[in-house]
Amino acid sequence: MAVNRHADAAAPVRSSGPVSIWAGRHVSTASASLGRLVRQPFASLMIILVIAVTLALPAALNLMVKNASAISGQWESALDFSVFLDRDLNLDEAAALGRLIEQRADVVSVTLISSDDALEEFKAQSGFGAALDQLSHNPLPHTLVVRPSPANTGQSMLLLREELANLPETDVVQVDTDWVQRFHAILDIVSQAILIGAVLLGAAIIVIIGNTIRLDIQNRREEIEVTKLIGASNAFVRRPFLWTGFWYGLLGGLLAIGLVSLGLHLLDAPISRLANLYQSGADVVRFDLREIGSIIGVAVGLGLVGSWFAATRHMRKIEPR
Amino acid sequence: MIRLENVTKRFPGGQEALSGLDLAVEKGEMVFVTGHSGAGKSTLLKLIALIDRPTGGQVIVDGQNTRRVKRRRIPAYRRQIGMVFQDHKLLYDRSVADNVALPLVIAGVGTREASRRVRAALEQVGLLQKEKRNPETLSAGEQQRVGIARAIATRPKLLIADEPTGNLDPDLSLEVMRVFRRFNEFGVTLLIASHDIALIDKLGCRRIHLEDGRLQNDSAAEEEVLVVRPSTEDRWR
Repeated sequence: MAVNRHADAAAPVRSSGPVSIWAGRHVSTASASLGRLVRQPFASLMIILVIAVTLALPAALNLMVKNASAISGQWESALDFSVFLDRDLNLDEAAALGRLIEQRADVVSVTLISSDDALEEFKAQSGFGAALDQLSHNPLPHTLVVRPSPANTGQSMLLLREELANLPETDVVQVDTDWVQRFHAILDIVSQAILIGAVLLGAAIIVIIGNTIRLDIQNRREEIEVTKLIGASNAFVRRPFLWTGFWYGLLGGLLAIGLVSLGLHLLDAPISRLANLYQSGADVVRFDLREIGSIIGVAVGLGLVGSWFAATRHMRKIEPR
Repeated sequence: MIRLENVTKRFPGGQEALSGLDLAVEKGEMVFVTGHSGAGKSTLLKLIALIDRPTGGQVIVDGQNTRRVKRRRIPAYRRQIGMVFQDHKLLYDRSVADNVALPLVIAGVGTREASRRVRAALEQVGLLQKEKRNPETLSAGEQQRVGIARAIATRPKLLIADEPTGNLDPDLSLEVMRVFRRFNEFGVTLLIASHDIALIDKLGCRRIHLEDGRLQNDSAAEEEVLVVRPSTEDRWR
């Protein structure tokens, strides 16, 4: 009996290949790593909180920019059209045309600015008053300022604009989008700045996780030494630390989403009030699924990168002697 | 199984742990390495386990020249060798069974097969009934036997041991040696560093005596003095 057992025992070990064994090992390593975090709840929570806040900052700013551009997008659709009429149209004809346009369902109001008023205004604002006085006749046409209904979509706005432009009395239709475009340009700069900030904060997360893993490795120095002594490869030793990094990233990412959602919830009432003031019925923009996915993805990625660097770097120094 | 050709190990300070050592251990031998501390016993074992590399000469283990084993391949190389240490080097955050399973986990053996082999290995050293205990709760002799079970769990052809009885009293030492002896009977090659001359004399195995890093004496195996009977196995249970 003993002979059989040991004859069996003298056969060399072969690594079993099946994926199920490999996956099984990963599952047990992953749960062991999670178990380690749970056994030190306070320390783990602090690190997860730091990661979450670091992630939540750019995420929240990004959300703010998104909301701002959503609101300003509505402003754009609430813009007035300036319909410059043919110069040979007299004031009464212009007023009649204005009343006609006002009857359209997609138009709220039409204001007539006579060529004389326009000239006065231009004189006052442009500073060319004296020069303009030299003109023998008023070069400006009568203008209709058409305010479209807020119910318009971008598509119907385009249609309205086209129809106004196609009127035989119309010279040209202008939409004053300059300031909105300027605002969007500012938002673009802010977004870029947030992106740069996010990259720096991402680097900070890598450092935080890397440092935590470094301490973890120091605490488990003996274990690493023993496992290396009995033939563990660097990949084997690294695996639990990678899982630790994974858990930090995942939990930090989830908490970051939770923090931002909580912030939004608290800001819900004031934001709605602001939205009402701008007469935009739209809701606050929240994270969509894709963004939640990418926040968690980025968090997990940073966790893995941080732990990989730390583990690879510090593990090398631990060799049995 | 093991061949050393003109092996020298010089430390950065210029001090030589081994000087021009030639040595051959055949398959299936059980060999003791004796000598004072500092004679080079541990260094010899470290060179075989690739914990260290020689500054000169060749170390050939099971046909592999250790010089050609790249750093990246060292783990795979070590997995072929069972190692037993004076201070056991057990992990005290897990059970006896998990300690013995560690090399199997490293080798990627499936869970069911691994637990079968863990039980077989623990049975060999007579500790099967203590598999769920934490090694800390075991006696020094039992801990050493857990270390031995771990070393044989992967069924290595070669087992090296550095002062495996260094911390044990004579009775426990004899017990450990009996375990080794039994592996040897089943074909495992053993190289054991020890300074327990009295115990080694009892076993009557081949003995290599080192002094100042040089081979001082190589005495062949004598007639067996210690006979392992099946009944000794029962004593452990």
